This record gives sequence, C-alpha cells and structure tokens, in this order.
Amino acid sequence: MTSVLETSRPDPIWPEAQQIEALLFELNRETFALNAKVVQEILDVMPETRVPGSPSFVNSVINFRGKVIPLADIRIAFGMEPRESSIDSRFIVIEVDVSGEATLVGVKADKVHEVTALSRTDSEPTPSVGMRWRQDYIHCLVKRGSEFIIIPNLQAIFAHEERLSGNGISD
Amino acid sequence: MMNDPIQVFRTEASELFEQIESGLLDLLHDLSDRDQIDAVFRGLHTLKGSGAMFGFEGLASFTHHCETAFDQVRKGEVPATEALVSAILNAQDHMKALIESPGPHHDAQSERLLLTLNAALGGSSSASADGQIAIEGKAPSTKTGSTTWRLKIRLPKNAMANGTNPLGLLNELRGVGECEITADRTSFPDFLNLSPLDLHLAWDVTLTTERSRSEIEDVFMFVIDDMQLEIQELPMRSVPAGAVGDGSAPRPPQSVETVAAGKLTDTKSGSKAGDNVKVPAERLDELMDRVGELVIAQSRLSQLAASIGNGQLRDVSEDVDRLSGELRDTMMVLRMVPVGSLFSRFRRLVHDLSRETGKTIELQTDGESTEVDKTVIERLADPLVHLVRNAIDHGLEGPEERLRNGKSSTGIVSLSATQAGGEVVISIKDDGRGINRERVRAKGEAAGLVQPGAVMSDQELLQLIFKPGFSTAEKITNLSGRGVGMDVVRRTIDELRGTIDIRSEFGVGSEVNLRIPLTLAIIDGLLVRVGDSRYVIPLSAVEECLELSLEEDIRSRGRSFISLRDSLVPFLRLRDLFATGTEPELHQKCVIVSTGNERVGLVVDQIIGDHQTVIKSMSKLHSTADMFSGATILGDGGVALIMDVNQLVLRGQSKEALMRAAV
Repeated sequence: MTSVLETSRPDPIWPEAQQIEALLFELNRETFALNAKVVQEILDVMPETRVPGSPSFVNSVINFRGKVIPLADIRIAFGMEPRESSIDSRFIVIEVDVSGEATLVGVKADKVHEVTALSRTDSEPTPSVGMRWRQDYIHCLVKRGSEFIIIPNLQAIFAHEERLSGNGISD
Repeated sequence: MMNDPIQVFRTEASELFEQIESGLLDLLHDLSDRDQIDAVFRGLHTLKGSGAMFGFEGLASFTHHCETAFDQVRKGEVPATEALVSAILNAQDHMKALIESPGPHHDAQSERLLLTLNAALGGSSSASADGQIAIEGKAPSTKTGSTTWRLKIRLPKNAMANGTNPLGLLNELRGVGECEITADRTSFPDFLNLSPLDLHLAWDVTLTTERSRSEIEDVFMFVIDDMQLEIQELPMRSVPAGAVGDGSAPRPPQSVETVAAGKLTDTKSGSKAGDNVKVPAERLDELMDRVGELVIAQSRLSQLAASIGNGQLRDVSEDVDRLSGELRDTMMVLRMVPVGSLFSRFRRLVHDLSRETGKTIELQTDGESTEVDKTVIERLADPLVHLVRNAIDHGLEGPEERLRNGKSSTGIVSLSATQAGGEVVISIKDDGRGINRERVRAKGEAAGLVQPGAVMSDQELLQLIFKPGFSTAEKITNLSGRGVGMDVVRRTIDELRGTIDIRSEFGVGSEVNLRIPLTLAIIDGLLVRVGDSRYVIPLSAVEECLELSLEEDIRSRGRSFISLRDSLVPFLRLRDLFATGTEPELHQKCVIVSTGNERVGLVVDQIIGDHQTVIKSMSKLHSTADMFSGATILGDGGVALIMDVNQLVLRGQSKEALMRAAV
C-alpha cells in the first residue's frame, strides 16, 4: 500500500524505518513534530538577545551552555501570528544543517508534549490546495486520531531563510 | 588525526621542506656557507630516512640522489653552484608531489629532474652518468670491487630502554657483507655499578662489502642521530683505478668520518626535541573554549561574591579570578607563533618572481620573532602573498629603469612585523615607483568606483586599490593585474578585525601597513547598553567617551554631527539603528571609535564598563547582521553582541557622504 512512498527519493524524515520517534509540540494551537533524533535538549524560556539586522525569523540569540546559538521562531517563517511566551513555553534545541554546517538552533514552542512514535503509513503528502501556510515548508502531515500533526521541513525552512537573508532582509 | 603515521610523516616532511628551502635560499646568497650546506644535507637525509620508513619508496630513492649530490658538496668534492641549488629547489617541489600522490606516474619527471641535477653537478661525468643515475634506485657506488670498512659502533646507554635491539643491528650488518665483530668492553663497569638495563658494550666491526658507505649507514638509520658511528675505509689490495669520478669513488684511505650525534644535530633535534610537544591545533582550540567558559563562570562568581558580601567567599573569588586570568594569559601564549614562520615562505616566492619578471629583488625581513595567534598567521598568508606579488609586479621597476632613475639596480621588498599594544603591525614596503594617483583615479572613475570630480582624501584615493574589480596594470601578467586579489586582502583583513593603511610616494616607493589584533579569541571590550540590550565595543577602537546632553541631542537632530575639538564627527544613534523602540536616556553617552583615520561617534544609553570578552562566532543564519562581528556571554549568563567597528564606521561615513551631497 505504500509503494508510491517507497519509491520516492531518500527521505530525511522516514529514512528506512516506517516509524520514527518524534517530539510533539504546539505552536498557535497547531501540533508540530520534530524527529527526536535532531532534538538535543528542551530548555525553559531564558532571556534572549535580539540581533538587529538579522532575518525576522531568527532575530535573536541565546546562551546555550556557553555557546551562542540562534533562536528561531518558525511561526514567522510560516506566516503565523507571533505570540508572547507563556508559562508553558519552551525552547527546543535542535541540530540542523545550515549551508553544509551542522548548526545548533533553538526553536520556540508554545508547549512541548510527549515523544511518540509516528508511523509512515499514517502520513500524507501536503495537500497542494487548502493550506494556509507555505507548502514547501511542510514535509508532510501525519494523521493522529482526529487531528493532523505537521512535520515541518527544517532543511527547506533554514535553507530558504538563509537565501532570503542573503538578499538582505534586514532593517 | 595525528595518530595516523602518514599524517605524522607529512607534518614532519613539511617542516623538513621548510628547513631545506630556507637553507637553499640562504645558500644562494652565500654559496660557501657551510652551516647551510650541512643543514640542507641533514634535511634531505632525514627526509629520505623517514620517507623510506613510512613507505614512500619513490620519495626515498629520488631524495637519495639529491642527498648524494649535497653530500659531495658537503665534502667539498663539488662546489655549490647556483645551478645546483636551483636544481635542488625544483627537485624539492617534486618531492612534495611525491608525498602528495605517491606512485609511478612521477617517474618521468623524476628522471628529468635528476638529469638537470646531474648536469648541475658538473658536466664532466655526464657522459657516463647521464642515464644511469637517473634510473637507478641505488647509489652509483663502487661497483668495481668490494671494500673493507672498519666500523666503530657505540649506542647510547639507554638504547635498549628505547627499544633498540643491538643484536638486530649487528645481524643486519652481517647481511650487508662479510663481518667480523668484536665487542669492546672497555666501558664495562664493575659488577657493583652494573645496571642491567643499560648498554655497556660497543663494537668494532670489520666489514667487507661491495655496497657503499651510505648503505652501511642506512643500517643505523633509526638510531644514527643518537649514536656514535665511525666508518673508516681500510686500505685495499685492489683499489679500482679511475673509478667513475662522480665522487663516490673510494676516498683516500686515511679519511675518517665521524657521524656523531653532536655534530649532526646541533641545530635540529638534540636538546630542543625533548622540550617540545606537538599538539593538534584543535585540542588547543578546545582548551581555549574551556578557558573561555572558565572566565565567564569566574565573572559570575565574582558578581555573586560581591552581592553576598561574605569576606571569605570574596577571598576565594579573588584567588580564582587571578588564577583564571593567568591561565588565560598562558593559554594565549600557547597559541602564539612567531611571524618568522610566515615570512620565510616569501623568500621562495621572491626568488621565483625574480626569475619570472627578470627584476633583481632583495627581500628584507625584520621582526620575525614577533608573535601572533596561530589562526591569525594562517589567515594572513594569502593577503601577504597578494601584497608581495603586487609590490614586485606593480611596484618595482626593471633594473634598467631603476638605474635610469638613480636607484640601485636591485629592488628591495621588505617585510616587517612589530607589536604595538594589542596589535601587530605587518608592513610590506618596496622602493619601487610608487602609486600613480592620477592613474588610480582615472581607473577608479572608469570602473565606476568614484564619481568623476569627487573630492577625496589621499588615503581614500589610495584605498581604491583594495576595491573589487580594480587594477591599474596595463597588461595582465601571470602575477597580478586581474583585479582580483587586492579586494581579497581587504576582506581578509576586515575579517581579522584589522585595518590597512597605505603610504606611497611617487617614484620613491610604497608601504602597506596591516594592523591586526594579536588574537581572535579574547578581546578587551567596553560594555554598553542600548535600549534593553547590552553590547560590546572593542576597546582597541575606542578613542574617548563624551556625554551627549539632551539639548545637544535635540539640537543635532537632522544633522548628526558633533564637534569634537574643531572637527565634525558624524555619529550614529544606535537606538535608532538597532530599532530598540525605547525612549532615550536623559544622559546619553557618545563613544568615539576609529579605524585608522576615520572616526565615528556611537550614541549609547549607558556605559557599563570594561569587559574581558571571549568571542563566540555567530551562526550563518546571522550572516546578514553585519554590524556585529560576534557575540559574547556575560557574567549573568546573558548574551551581548560585539560591534563590528569597521562596518559601523562605514555606515557613519556613508551617512556623512549623504549629508555632504545634500548640502
């Protein structure tokens, strides 16, 4: 039943496995998931330092164990409403590839849920119509009960934002 | 990484190449310099030995010929000539290739180089030796018959502790030829003083073999630096008459040669090798990171101690403060490398360029012992190559033109380094024709870099040569003139947080000064607050701090200049620039920073004080935030961005230009 998916190109989210462990988190009442493998740590909200002149989507840095790492709000990339942090807010530190360099990046989350197994058979490619957000930033949707979980395409988000910033998104 | 033996060899080889090359280049100045001849020979010898040991057979056999050639020079059998030195220089490049990609594909080149080498050794023997030397792997030795040698072998006392097996050496010697071995027990101690771990024996060996002296020496290849080995040729019944005449013919019977450690290694290993430890650079970087974190943790501790007000705690905190400061200083020194290692590369470059351009050039260097952070040295190599090439290609005139202008026919390029405070100044000077400002201006206008008729200071005009796409050379040569290069210099120096200034007098010469901070890892900074955020301004760039009263602020709205001792300095309101969205403080401060001759004022809300700053680089996601060169972590765990003064000054300048245009 999954022959179509299986013949597609190598997939960063579903490598060989049909199942991944994923960390679920919430942004503006939508549930997102990140492959647990890329997650380094979940931090309580800490003071962030704004970087004037940086792309709005990563416009601040934080101190992560003596390293200065960028803090990204993927809400902005998706064009969602920004939100103040609340008592449930967390920063998820992940490792992503930014133009060939493994980079630690903090990602803002309104709330972090559990780690759960997501199955490939439940996944659906992003519908080409009817999406409120940029389609190429979404890797796929996974159905879980009555709701859909969004798996963002980190590669695309960070590569794209970098390209944008290369053209000079600054103030 | 360093555990890979091949890698170890490559590192060693590159050091040897440096030694050989500098020896050869010195020889070009004084062909009779014994010390340099010995140094080159030693380098080649070690290279051959370790090459063979690590399986670089091609390299070993090729180097062997060069070594043989130099051995002859060393013994005074063949004079050192310029042709010979050049041949070895070329051969050395080939050796590098042999290490890079070992394999038979180099054979043709090896052969060609050896022919040149042979010719340089003196044509007399060329007829017989031409092809022979080139192809043969072994030394063209006394094939005519066997020789009897007398060997005195004395190994160091601790030889066995180091894993040397004397018996193995003797057995190997038996393999070379017919041996008669007697033990020399003269230094054998009495029983009470006998240490079973030491070696007390020496040996006398009478060896009859067809092989050459160097092959006998090869038996002791691994230990030769520490041992005493005397090889003496015994009078023979049948001395082959009229031997090949290439120098390896039997020497006069009485010649005794001592290959003792003391003599061979006077400058190299010996005492120094034991004191030095090679450490991969990344381990140093790791250590540096830890020290950086320690410095941060320490500043938290001292803040805490101050707020708690416990005397004992404060004492401890002060102790830790002192210690971590010392540790940091020691750490910085560890990373320092003398500039000499960088300068020495240029001797070869100048030698080659001199041949290529037909100009006679002398390279003078000064201040080689000035020390700079290793990373800085590495990054400086490329810009310096461009600058030196540029000085030679554009700056220096040909010999005739120089004579016509009343200069000596030899052009002088000098490289010097001096330390000035927290900076090192590297200067590249030539006594050539100097920069023709009209031409620079014309070119700049043609390339669209300057508005025709624009008023420019001399420095601004000269700096044009560092703009991308700028070149005044009328024809593109192999060396320069393509308009790339000089802007690379500018970029690299900017990245190193350095500055460039140029001085040039038409007809007399030019000088380029690079001012580079000594280290990239830690700087002294001025901590300031703008809005809710804190920022660090590199202290080296700060000239002074002024108060900007509210009235003055209001009065200066719209023009953004303050008068500072009769000159107008443009200033930037960082609160606006950083879009903080906060109200200005009642007593704003203006920090005057400068790069070289350009000044700009930075208006901040508060000056917090000095701050030792451990620089953390920012990720590529923040590459557009070009007003900042990095970030640092403060005592309370917060992050402060480090301002890039060059960029801010540029912004200030462009603002100034706008204002001028508007007036």
